[in-house]
Amino acid sequence: MSDALTLAARDGRHVTDEAASSPLAIRGLTVSYGQKPAIFSVDMTVEDGSMTAIIGPNGAGKSTLLKAALGIVPAVSGSATIYGTPLSKARDKIAYVPQRASVDWDFPTRVIDVVLMGMSRELGLLRPVRTRHRVRAIECLTRVGMQDFATRQIGQLSGGQQQRVFLARALAQGASLYLLDEPFAGVDAATEKAVIAVLKSLRDEGKTVVCVHHDLSTIGEYFTHAVLLNIRKVAEGPVAEAFTAETLQATYGGRLGLAQIEQLNLRAI
Amino acid sequence: MGADFVVLSLVPLLIGTLAAVACALPGNFLLLRRQALIGDAISHVVLPGIVVAFLITSSVNSWAMLLGAGAAAIVAVALIEGISRLGRIEPGAAMGVVFTAMFAGGVLLLEMSDTSAVHLDVEHALYGNLESLIWIEATGWASLTDPEALAGLPPELARIALAALGIAIFTWVLWRPLAMATFDEGFAQAQGIPTVALGLGLVIAAAVAAVAAFDAVGSIIVIAMFICPPAAARMMTDRLGHQVAWSLGFAVLSAVMGYVLAGYGPIWLGGNDAVSAAGMIATVSGAILGLTCLYGPKRRSDVSNINSSAKH
Repeated sequence: MSDALTLAARDGRHVTDEAASSPLAIRGLTVSYGQKPAIFSVDMTVEDGSMTAIIGPNGAGKSTLLKAALGIVPAVSGSATIYGTPLSKARDKIAYVPQRASVDWDFPTRVIDVVLMGMSRELGLLRPVRTRHRVRAIECLTRVGMQDFATRQIGQLSGGQQQRVFLARALAQGASLYLLDEPFAGVDAATEKAVIAVLKSLRDEGKTVVCVHHDLSTIGEYFTHAVLLNIRKVAEGPVAEAFTAETLQATYGGRLGLAQIEQLNLRAI
Repeated sequence: MGADFVVLSLVPLLIGTLAAVACALPGNFLLLRRQALIGDAISHVVLPGIVVAFLITSSVNSWAMLLGAGAAAIVAVALIEGISRLGRIEPGAAMGVVFTAMFAGGVLLLEMSDTSAVHLDVEHALYGNLESLIWIEATGWASLTDPEALAGLPPELARIALAALGIAIFTWVLWRPLAMATFDEGFAQAQGIPTVALGLGLVIAAAVAAVAAFDAVGSIIVIAMFICPPAAARMMTDRLGHQVAWSLGFAVLSAVMGYVLAGYGPIWLGGNDAVSAAGMIATVSGAILGLTCLYGPKRRSDVSNINSSAKH
């Protein structure tokens, strides 16, 4: 009895230690829309300095997981900590890139104004936008190759350009943890290259990147870690360990043919 | 432009202009959030609120009316939310159901109760009584510095001025979070902006504008001013700040032109009687919207042209 208690206590402390150093530690997170859970009791610990992909079939709760971790959708139970602190104290450490399709691109605003939104926490309610803020916004646009579009209305951009503007806005937040929801969905090849180059440069700076991702063929090339999700978490860890034929089969069920899995050139089963 | 103008026209012009401005400001954000109908709904549900307040207090005390109207607006917003959530009905449809039902209820209440002794009828609810808001105590422009004459100003003016000022401050202070939450709610929430409270605040601002304006100018003008100037302004520019500035310009233009046309237009056309100022103000704002739809530099069709040409 006392042994079990000691074990449990040690286990608990172990989890806490791990969570304290993790950029994003999720414990027992459950979210439900109506009756059915969208994600159920998900535990996940993102390693500092990693590039982590969240993968899973449509409706697996990938976006919901990010949104619940950010407090955008309410969780039924569970918690998320950012570098060991609760979300409310860690907003400045997180940059979030929502799905491109989630906003109205007809909104009357220019590219540079969108990037300046990334500095809203330091600008507060009424502090004026100064030249140094604009210079920084242009620097962020330059990193994604969009500096020539600063005064364009956002509706005039192509899908890939819109995605890069969203990434520039996240860069303007000056965060250490970047959470991106499907940043490669429906973008051109040039944008995909530009975005992944920026994300890799972020990792080189010691930042942590978490992406909801749908293209299984680029996981090994783009990411260091993977989380496989289908309502529940199926696997997580370094890509070589977590992203295997077995875990894919368990995550996607019959939706992924054996031939498709073989094409991914995974470690032998 | 002498004493007659100050006595007869100055106050209605000011009230019309302030009402237009107070409605157009929140209207910009409601329009961009595709919630323009909220303004419409609120301006309709004000009627049953006012009638109930009258039935309870048996007087046309303006504070009781304002409270009644405010309470009705809150009930309506709660009903709309409740119906669209519980019944899984599209919010637009829920709004349509709630405001027509409540307005109809207000009309029935009004007809069944004895309000003949006071100035409260369906016509008033629709058109307001802008022309009757004259400044009897005034003798000329000098009255603007005469405290005794100023005390005789119609109370509607102070109410709408206060409402317009409050809404202007609300918009100015919360500009950044309002713009962010309207453009990208998820991002705004991730930044810690309480978007639900902010959306509620916007609806309350719209309700304050509707209630303060209703009394003086009726519901037609309120509905028109929530939608027409912001929608017309959207056709003129691709920047939010400029859009709001244009909308205020269009609101003032509609109010002034509408008032002047209502008073003198029929005479110029050879008729005798002036027409309803509120009706004419709403008509002018609609005409401005029509013109900007046809000739505005940032019409939607232009934007989509640029889009499709960029893709080719």
